[in-house]
Amino acid sequence: MTDTQPAPRSRPGGAPPAELAVLTPDSWTEPFWIAAAEHRLVVPRCTNCGTFRMPPSPFCYVCQAQGIDWVEQTGDGRVYSYTVIHHAVVPLMRDALPYVVVVVELPDAGGVRLVSNLVDCEPSSVEVGMPVRLVWDDVADDVAVPRFTAAR
Amino acid sequence: MLKDRAAIVGVGASQYYKRGQSLPQTNLELVGKAILGALDDAGLTVRDVDGFGLYSFGLDPALVAQTLGIPEVRFSGMLTGGGGGAAGSVGLAAAAIASGMADVVVSYMTLQQAGLRRFGASFAGSAGGGGQYSAPPSPEGDFVRPAGLLGPGQMFSILARRHMHLYGTTREHLAEVAISTRNNAIPRPSALMRAPLTLDDYFDARMISDPLCLYDYCLECDGAVAVVTTSAERARDLRQKPVYVLATANGGNGRWGQAITWMNMDDEYFASSGHRPVAQRLYEMAGVGPADVDVAELYDHFTPMVLMQLEDYGLCPIGESGPFVEAGSIRFPTGSMPVNTHGGNLSEAYIIGMTHVKEAVEQLRGTAVNQVADAEIALVTGGPASIPVSSLLLRR
Ligand SMILES: [Zn+2]
Repeated sequence: MTDTQPAPRSRPGGAPPAELAVLTPDSWTEPFWIAAAEHRLVVPRCTNCGTFRMPPSPFCYVCQAQGIDWVEQTGDGRVYSYTVIHHAVVPLMRDALPYVVVVVELPDAGGVRLVSNLVDCEPSSVEVGMPVRLVWDDVADDVAVPRFTAAR
Repeated sequence: MLKDRAAIVGVGASQYYKRGQSLPQTNLELVGKAILGALDDAGLTVRDVDGFGLYSFGLDPALVAQTLGIPEVRFSGMLTGGGGGAAGSVGLAAAAIASGMADVVVSYMTLQQAGLRRFGASFAGSAGGGGQYSAPPSPEGDFVRPAGLLGPGQMFSILARRHMHLYGTTREHLAEVAISTRNNAIPRPSALMRAPLTLDDYFDARMISDPLCLYDYCLECDGAVAVVTTSAERARDLRQKPVYVLATANGGNGRWGQAITWMNMDDEYFASSGHRPVAQRLYEMAGVGPADVDVAELYDHFTPMVLMQLEDYGLCPIGESGPFVEAGSIRFPTGSMPVNTHGGNLSEAYIIGMTHVKEAVEQLRGTAVNQVADAEIALVTGGPASIPVSSLLLRR
């Protein structure tokens, strides 16, 4: 018998359970997740008017064009707002408490926002406006989720 | 023009219960009791009913009609969205009546949060054990759920935090909403929370989703409320003094959209209730302004959303709701703008906002437990949520 157990995955401190990241992508969101699995954060930009949009969707909300470029991001962002969660709304979350959900603004992508987490930080250190940088969380063999930590 | 064409002529409710305690009654039984109660209040019977004006999450009106024996349904419409449609469901009823599609229209909400049916984990999905009120998995949800943002309270906490950042709103301001609302529930036999709430109680309570603690959250309940609307002409011959639909509006900015489940609303109104454009249309239809409102029943699933609605409905300037409530303005009976005189979703019962309509009707009939002296115009709102959000201006 060979050992088929993968090595325990090293995940960022304060990241929510991997079970939440079972994805159901469609043809418009799938390129985001494929890039993410390669540790590239990409955001769709309208080829007609240059407007960024998230989540990826079939139409530009400014000019209704469908063409997009996937623009790779540095991953530098700012905390737009946040909440520190102290209560498990489902049993799965009990061991994750407390955790910080941040809405991160990406200045290099027209200010579009990602819903993510502040990881590898004291939860009480979070504040609106704080600069953050991208950290990849490999939740499964083929799934990575962008999280953020304090920029130093 | 819809103004003054329809009137609320009956209101009814089941008993209100804490979550799961209405068993062995069924959800259908609860709503039937509320509807029969509302019809009796109006002096009408099921044989008069020919329409339904509803909003999401209610029980299927087909089941209600076959069970109660309604002879013919001529209109059945439902506002999309969520709790945002509460007040607007009566507006839909008024629209059906004014257009001649129906004559006596019932609006209702009923819920029974037994077992796993809890709204607090609405976006947890099956992996999280979110239960039967959970939204199904979606490509859009993939951009929210992995962060552990799983329930409405957590989501509104993010709007609240942004409001605090922009305007200096404090937890004391949130506490004032919770405490003033509790005070209104204390004398009401129908209210589930009748013990006084102090500032110490508030700050000693456990934090749920910072900055929201236990008392910033509404209750989890079982129960039903029904409202009967008919034409202004027919209303004059019925049992109760008519309460006219002065104006109604629903909708919101397209880019408010699904709001709390995507968080990409425009920066200009991110820290708002989403009601701002709806409020403007409401007042335009009514031909009155915020200063004419005598009592406001504002959907209170979470305390900060009451603050943001005070701003969006012009009851105080944008960003100044904190100091406004701190000055005692929303307290009954001493404040200049009594809010949630029935105890709201926070302290009376959470029937997804329909108790607010019932209370406004009682205020304008002059029969409320916490009667605002000479109340002539009442504002009622549906829940800040994805669009459409909605509201009503009612007059006696
Ligand atoms: Zn475009």
